[in-house]
Amino acid sequence: MSDHITLHVARYRPEKASETTFDAFELPCPKEWVVLDGLNHIKDRMDGTLSYRWSCRMGICGSCGMLVNGEPKLACATFLSDYAPGPVRVEPLRNFPVIRDLVVEMGDFMSKLTRIKPWIVRQVEKPLSDGEYRQTPGELDEYKQFSMCINCMLCYSACPIYGLDPHFIGPAAIALAQRYNLDSRDEGAAERMQILSEHDGIWGCTFVGECTKVCPKHVDPAGAIQRYKLQSAVEWVKAFVLPRAAQ
Amino acid sequence: MRHNAVYTPYHPRWHRTRVSTYWWLGRWSYFLFILRELSSIFVAWVVIYLLVLVAAVSKSAVRYQQFLDWSRNPFMLSLNILSLLFIVLHAVTWFNLAPQAMVVHVGGRRLPGSLIAISNYAGLVAVSIVILGLLLIRW
Ligand code: SF4
Ligand code: FES
Repeated sequence: MSDHITLHVARYRPEKASETTFDAFELPCPKEWVVLDGLNHIKDRMDGTLSYRWSCRMGICGSCGMLVNGEPKLACATFLSDYAPGPVRVEPLRNFPVIRDLVVEMGDFMSKLTRIKPWIVRQVEKPLSDGEYRQTPGELDEYKQFSMCINCMLCYSACPIYGLDPHFIGPAAIALAQRYNLDSRDEGAAERMQILSEHDGIWGCTFVGECTKVCPKHVDPAGAIQRYKLQSAVEWVKAFVLPRAAQ
Repeated sequence: MRHNAVYTPYHPRWHRTRVSTYWWLGRWSYFLFILRELSSIFVAWVVIYLLVLVAAVSKSAVRYQQFLDWSRNPFMLSLNILSLLFIVLHAVTWFNLAPQAMVVHVGGRRLPGSLIAISNYAGLVAVSIVILGLLLIRW
């Protein structure tokens, strides 16, 4: 195995050019280096103008999402040695506008996230003196998988539907809606259903399934969306058969 | 908090790439997805074909014979073979995806996804055996 690897890094510098170009950097490639280590090496020693996001280095903050050889990946969880002898192409996440180099604009995702009310909704709050809302381990298991989402947006980058129709509310937002719907303390499912049963909600999804494949946290957003569809269809049938009971 | 925060997508300096019309050729999984979507046309065709069969049988023996002759021509044969392939693809992909959409609890425990897929296949095999049995009894 060679101890060096070449990174082709996408550069977009709006003040200089209106198109993306690629810069090649030859880096050392110790086996414990992830793509993010490579980028930090470039930034520290080769080209300080390279822009990219990162924070935790351990797959928690969700800020280092980018395309590595065309696949949406967390740069801090993708080993360079897996791509030896290279070269490795590093690009900003697909389906988002690029602000600079590897930094994408995520305002769209943020506004979609707030639309699904990702917090516990209560019709009537208990007074504080009644203590906390209790939950059994079984009740926790119902939604735990969906609560693992780190908002890295890899799933949006993998989703061709979102690429074609940016109005689609998208995988992670729906998975997070499910996270709260399935929480025994929450009472907001009906409110969320109103937003998600719109045209740009769950029915926009045609189950390509790529979101689930790229998710670094095994959230299975595709599964969340299909479960939602099933639930919504069942409610529709119920309302049809028993118009009164469904209200 | 602004609940109806409006995202303004236009910004002169952001760089955007358009999704190519041929995006589904770029990856095997996207291509398979398009094939699955396409399979619905063949499912619809088989439904129509069966309805024509039923109509012919209910009319007369002559009509039924005409239907058989019509089905025998090479174009219809190849169309139906192609439909069979697409329907198998449709069924297999559907069964494999079912566990993601369905969460079944039995006695307070969540059934593993593989069991849901397996029970789908078992259902398919059972129905096929019944149909095969009916055909064999006729002969
Ligand atoms: S669902 Fe997975 S891929 Fe999507 S934002 Fe959450 S952690 Fe990232
Ligand atoms: S740096 Fe935090 S997830 Fe990669």
